[in-house]
Amino acid sequence: MAYSNKVLDHYNNPRNVGSLDKNDPNVGTGMVGAPECGDVMKLQVKVNPETGVIEDAKFKTFGCGSAIASSSLATEWLHGKTVDEALQIKNTDIVNELSLPPVKIHCSVLAEDAIKAAISDYKKKAATKTEAVAST
Amino acid sequence: MKLPIYMDNHATTPVDPRVLNAMMPYFTDIFGNAASRNHSFGWQAEEAVEKSRKQIADLIGATAKEVVFTSGATESNNLAIKGVAEMYAEKGNHIITAATEHKAVLDTCKRLEKDGIRVTYLPVQTNGLVDLNQLQDAITDKTILISVMYANNEIGVLQPIAEIGKLAKSKGVLLHTDATQAVGKVPVNVIKDNIDLASLSGHKMYGPKGVGALYVRRKGPRVQITAQMDGGGHERGMRSGTLNVPGIVGLGEACALCHADMPEESKRLAYLRDKLRGKLEKELDEVYINGTMEHRLPNNLNISFAYVEGESLLMGINDIAVSSGSACTSATLEPSYVLKALGAGDDLAHSSIRFGLGRFNTEEEVDYVAAKVIDVVQKLRELSPLYEMAKEGIDLTKVQWTAH
Repeated sequence: MAYSNKVLDHYNNPRNVGSLDKNDPNVGTGMVGAPECGDVMKLQVKVNPETGVIEDAKFKTFGCGSAIASSSLATEWLHGKTVDEALQIKNTDIVNELSLPPVKIHCSVLAEDAIKAAISDYKKKAATKTEAVAST
Repeated sequence: MKLPIYMDNHATTPVDPRVLNAMMPYFTDIFGNAASRNHSFGWQAEEAVEKSRKQIADLIGATAKEVVFTSGATESNNLAIKGVAEMYAEKGNHIITAATEHKAVLDTCKRLEKDGIRVTYLPVQTNGLVDLNQLQDAITDKTILISVMYANNEIGVLQPIAEIGKLAKSKGVLLHTDATQAVGKVPVNVIKDNIDLASLSGHKMYGPKGVGALYVRRKGPRVQITAQMDGGGHERGMRSGTLNVPGIVGLGEACALCHADMPEESKRLAYLRDKLRGKLEKELDEVYINGTMEHRLPNNLNISFAYVEGESLLMGINDIAVSSGSACTSATLEPSYVLKALGAGDDLAHSSIRFGLGRFNTEEEVDYVAAKVIDVVQKLRELSPLYEMAKEGIDLTKVQWTAH
């Protein structure tokens, strides 16, 4: 299969590879996929609690080149977005940007799921923090 | 050293220049129809066909009359299995095969199931081999055929064909073996191994594509098969169709070369294969060999690099031609059924690479391939959340994954 230049670029120079401290209250972690399915994405966002803006995003992915490219692109897009803006990212945006063929659409779906999972984790943490503050 | 490097010799092999030389005259000067009985053009073609038949027979310990030419191993497998099922329908309706067979065998059996044939698909052990006790238990008085491959096309393991042959003979059951990957690579002897039918193909042993053969035993017992292609009654009625004379000449020459070179060639390939394995295992942790190394083709290495997905690895080593059992590299998006049959887990199937060394690979190429693979695996593990978790001591089998 021939890969698009953008997929190749993200594969060869993945952006924002790494991990953030998952115990940091401002960090949301999303882990989606399963090893037996052949892809697992871990995507993390670090949110400024004052502004709700994503200041950092990191990923690690076990998966094919398109899965790596999808998650790499996702972290690029997340930088500087508010949490609510981030939730607007659709898998089809990733498909279009990377020119993914039909058999690789599930990679983009996984990336969207990873974004949602990371943000939901952050929101859960933020909510418990507010509760904790409220109860004192 | 020239890039890209071809190391996918289980998929196909290049035609050996000596084979091509032997074939060339048969496209133009000696173009006759081997079935033309009344002029020299036909006689010359027939003579070339008979020489090839002998060359093939010599390689596998058969006699020339037991060789039937086909278009390749897929046709040979179809002809053998369907041909026996039809011919011996009165004797029984049960066939035994193995889960790791090539699709040309498995799908042929599945087709026959629709026609009322009962098929037992034997599981294999974790080393890739069928269990002889299980095989013995599967045989009934309705069993007419056992079809077990000689060497597996993905993991290169050699099935205990001689033992299976002995068992089949003692039970009066015919043995067919898909010997496509084995012929020319390891000694195959239809007498010693008690094989009744054997499939082989030209392009897996430095011959041309589009030509193969089926060995059909003539004595002890005399095996009969029903033709699957109707026509002029070529090949003693077993396979009609004008003979592909240049292809057949090429197949014969390829067999003769393999016959002459096998001892030396298999030693050289095993050395290169073991060197490749040694380098990979020295530099990388958590690599797993799929299938037994003890009974294996000398040119095969099938290895899983844990926590790295196969297609992404192939992408990183794009100047090396190899295959992966990963789902992403298959049309069905299913990981290799052969690796799954070993019970190693789907995750290792996704991480597997098949190296198939061949006659034209050099030691320099092996060194290059080893270095490149090590480099890319290390890079991808830096990228792998699974590798990170494993290094943190997390048991990945205990994690709640969100399967999709």
